[in-house]
Amino acid sequence: MQLLVNPNFDFMGKRNLALAVSGIATLIAIGSLIAHGGPRLSVDFTGGTFVEMRFDRPVEAAQLRAAMDGIGLAASEIQKVGDDNDYIFRFKAEDVAQKSQQYLESEIADPSGLIEYAVQKQLPEVKATMRRQETVGPKIGGELRNRATQAVVVALILMLVYIGFRFPGIAFAVCAVVALFHDVLLTLGVFSILNKEVSLTVLAALLTIAGYSINDTIVVYDRIREEMKARKREPLVQVVNRAVNLTLSRTMLTGLTTIFALFALFFVGGSVIHDFAFAMLIGVLWGTYSSVFVASALVVTWELVRQRRETSRASSKGQRAATVKTA
Amino acid sequence: MGGIARWKLILVIGVFALAAYYLWPTYQYYYRLTPEERRNAKELRGKIIHMGLDLQGGMHVVLEADLSQIPPDQAKDAIDRVVEILRNRVDQFGVSEPVIQKQGNDRIIVDLAGVQSESDVRELIGKTARLEFRLCASSTVASQVVDRLDRELVARGAVADSADTHPFSSKMAVAYQAQYGVPVGAFVRDADIPAVNALIEQAKQGGFAPVEADLFWESEERTIGENKGKVLHFVNKTVEMSGDMVASAERRFDLDYEQPNAPGVSMTFSNRGATRFAQITKANVGNHLAIVLDNVVRSAPVIREAIRGGRASITGSMNDQEALILATVLRAGALPVDVKIAEERTVGPSLGNDSVQASLKAGMWAIIATVAFMVVWYKGSGLLAVVAMFLQIVLLFAGLSALNGTLTVPGIAGIILTIGMAVDANVLIYERIREELRNKKTVRAAIDAGYTRAFVTIFDSNLTTLIAALVLFQYGTGPIRGFAVTLSIGLVANMLSAVLVTRMVFDFITSRRRLETLSI
Repeated sequence: MQLLVNPNFDFMGKRNLALAVSGIATLIAIGSLIAHGGPRLSVDFTGGTFVEMRFDRPVEAAQLRAAMDGIGLAASEIQKVGDDNDYIFRFKAEDVAQKSQQYLESEIADPSGLIEYAVQKQLPEVKATMRRQETVGPKIGGELRNRATQAVVVALILMLVYIGFRFPGIAFAVCAVVALFHDVLLTLGVFSILNKEVSLTVLAALLTIAGYSINDTIVVYDRIREEMKARKREPLVQVVNRAVNLTLSRTMLTGLTTIFALFALFFVGGSVIHDFAFAMLIGVLWGTYSSVFVASALVVTWELVRQRRETSRASSKGQRAATVKTA
Repeated sequence: MGGIARWKLILVIGVFALAAYYLWPTYQYYYRLTPEERRNAKELRGKIIHMGLDLQGGMHVVLEADLSQIPPDQAKDAIDRVVEILRNRVDQFGVSEPVIQKQGNDRIIVDLAGVQSESDVRELIGKTARLEFRLCASSTVASQVVDRLDRELVARGAVADSADTHPFSSKMAVAYQAQYGVPVGAFVRDADIPAVNALIEQAKQGGFAPVEADLFWESEERTIGENKGKVLHFVNKTVEMSGDMVASAERRFDLDYEQPNAPGVSMTFSNRGATRFAQITKANVGNHLAIVLDNVVRSAPVIREAIRGGRASITGSMNDQEALILATVLRAGALPVDVKIAEERTVGPSLGNDSVQASLKAGMWAIIATVAFMVVWYKGSGLLAVVAMFLQIVLLFAGLSALNGTLTVPGIAGIILTIGMAVDANVLIYERIREELRNKKTVRAAIDAGYTRAFVTIFDSNLTTLIAALVLFQYGTGPIRGFAVTLSIGLVANMLSAVLVTRMVFDFITSRRRLETLSI
């Protein structure tokens, strides 16, 4: 089956519109991130306690909050997840330690034990079981934050170096990394707008998006490079358009099969991997878009500006030479 | 077999033979052995793919040792001892396949699979288990301590209400009179306990902590009259005897005469310990001897006569399970330094099981969608790409097995993602072949050109994704590393199966007959 036989869309003719769309989307993402004071980090990075509990019968978040208030343990969040009466709770680690000592006579913090205790006290007919529990001390949270930053920086530098090495001129490398930034930033932006948390798993998704975005961009760049060699006399816009059109069905196909896999993960992959799949979905959609409309479009704009500057410099030089002569 | 370079054939057969060799132990372990046999298959375990804690349920705990208590040159020894003692405790408690290892200078990682009660484990590994026998301070000393604390707290303006001249002693509801009339502590109502703790903390911070005695709470919750509360003990600073003189400890149910069947722990001292215990008890008849565990007084019985049997026991305020843990930690010995839980990730068995089911389901749907799509789109060649995809999955698992790797939830996500991305190489090649065919090339020439031209792109793009995966591996922890590993192996396997193997099949077909058309 073939849908796009010899497509010949004028992608580069619309590049200013595309760059404007990306620019606005990026501004919205940055705006949301600033408004929320940066991405909403999970306990992995901030330190704290996260518990997921399953209750054997329907309960309301308000009931659970009342139960926790009953023992004076403030939860910064109590939220239902999935369809099985699963709730997530978030606490400050020191609060949990103090209440564990007070109610469970335990020197060692036991968040799920406290929830069980509180629920049993207020809602005796409900039975609670722990699904998962994560406690991260502030020191380790800080370390994970540092390592995450390092990971992102190192990955970007390595990719920049590789593309700079594989493709002629600095334009390709810079534009590819700009496109990558665009994809990751917009994914972060969507998370920020939806007030979703960035956890270690989401960070892994962001780095994978970086890999996917570069991957997609390189396929198009490879073709641009090939066409540039083959058609030296044609104008750049035409060459890039041709390259993008030739790789178009591949871009769509791979995007589609990847999105199929991500849909499977998103809808039936389970709660643990849900946010990962969501981040990847957003990232792959933007990544597919950006390889054409950001990475390639930017290279065209960059090269055209450079050419214009060179010609104007050449002509002004010529003028100066002429003035010297007459003088 | 004309048309296929011999080296390629040997390479491919070799790789898959190796894959089968590496996969065999994993297959054996999970499909051939009973759970009982698995537990004993220590050697096999070094050669298989492990299930991550997030899949089988379990606890991942990072302990941080407080090295400030000991000289820096003893730090390394202390951590090694902590690891050894923790291993002893965990082994004795009967958790299978524990992983206990050092991380950095002051951290210890404890990974335990299939934990029944995570709070038990926290007790087991988080308890310092510093057992001390100390004499209770005399009533004179105790009242001195209280008076001085009152005076200092008032003098330093540490009290909110300036009229309160007895901030500390006013919280002591009753001087708790034990039998024989010797006061061994003060009863504090539950409501006042946080305030008393705060005052003691203030004294420590302000540098006027009691020098005559230590103030320790008793573990038991007591009721006096209408009030519930706890006893605050005044205990001599001198440690008469410590836990290293305990030779063995066991849980018993016959230790408390007043409460038959109540769980407790009976300790037997070493020879040296028994002698020392006899000396202490002989010299202090009539005094109270406090059994202090991790700065909590477990009991403070009066000494009636010299005790020569070399035994002591701890009873009260514990359930069966706690008694078992206490006996275990006393046997394995005290940790040389305090540890605290710096990070804990626990997955309950129900979630682990759900994750396995959900991952299988997601994987199945991803495969169905990809197979359907490829076959509809590329027909015969699409089927070949699908075969390559399955081979890639086989190679991926073989690679994991060879690395003795661990399959985690993000790791499975990595595999499913690779299923989607696996066909990318074939899509690139096939699109190129179609293009060449449209340019009126022969089938053979089109295949040739398609592979050659697409290869550069495939190599470039796989390498950049590999960079991202390697960075993730370098900076990631636990499950994330699992993801990086599956992604990396997937990419390498992709080059092999999607590029090399499919090419061989095309070469084989085209070498046997002249194809006029290609099913693509």
